[in-house]
Amino acid sequence: MHQEYIVVEGDFVNAGKASSSVKKTLKQLNVNPQVVKRVVVALYEAEVNAIAHAYGGKVLVDIDPDKIHMVVADKGPGIPDIAWAMEEGHSTARPEVRDMGFGAGMGLPNMQKNVDKLNVTSEVGVGTTVEMEVNFQ
Amino acid sequence: MTLQQIVDKLGATVGLGADKLDREVEHAFASDLMSDVLTLKDTPVLITGLCNVQTIRTCDMANLDVVIFVRGKHPSEDMVELADENDMVLICTPYSMFKTCGLLWELGMKPLF
Repeated sequence: MHQEYIVVEGDFVNAGKASSSVKKTLKQLNVNPQVVKRVVVALYEAEVNAIAHAYGGKVLVDIDPDKIHMVVADKGPGIPDIAWAMEEGHSTARPEVRDMGFGAGMGLPNMQKNVDKLNVTSEVGVGTTVEMEVNFQ
Repeated sequence: MTLQQIVDKLGATVGLGADKLDREVEHAFASDLMSDVLTLKDTPVLITGLCNVQTIRTCDMANLDVVIFVRGKHPSEDMVELADENDMVLICTPYSMFKTCGLLWELGMKPLF
């Protein structure tokens, strides 16, 4: 099953809509609730990142019988040093993002903790792609 | 303790879920940082001063369904609508987060860690 969602720059009101929709789908498919939580927490953090740091992007979700594959691809400033950004507490978030309860430098580490595979690629001035996979078993 | 006991102790108003106040809860977590909330194992109750749509979304993702808003914050219509879709209870107290946590501790509310 393939799903696509558009993420709009600065659209904090709708941040989490894609994750919420994926949560409903996985619940309908009777995926283990603890696995559902891991999937949606990781996807939500990625979605918030795309809205907070980039100029919008896309969320692509593929659900197979045994796993979910998620790609959050943004058009944005990119991440100059991915290793730095992966460390807890490292953030470049604007005050507006912090006002929303995010921007403490926990997004990428939270994704890492919840998924089975994480791949972050980024080109400065072009954008960032976060690819994640979670096995259902 | 029941949610009704919490409402009484905190001199609180109920923004949503007045029909669910006989529910028993045992543990709570207090934070304004939503990324911290997303790291939690399941717990029903969040005490927070962050009052925007992301509070409700985060609770949906983290399987929290009772939110106690402190410092006199009241949820907007958008927030109540989204919370209602997720069968949540929203409670509003005029007290600070520190006082709220202290009063709930007196009632026997347990921390997660």
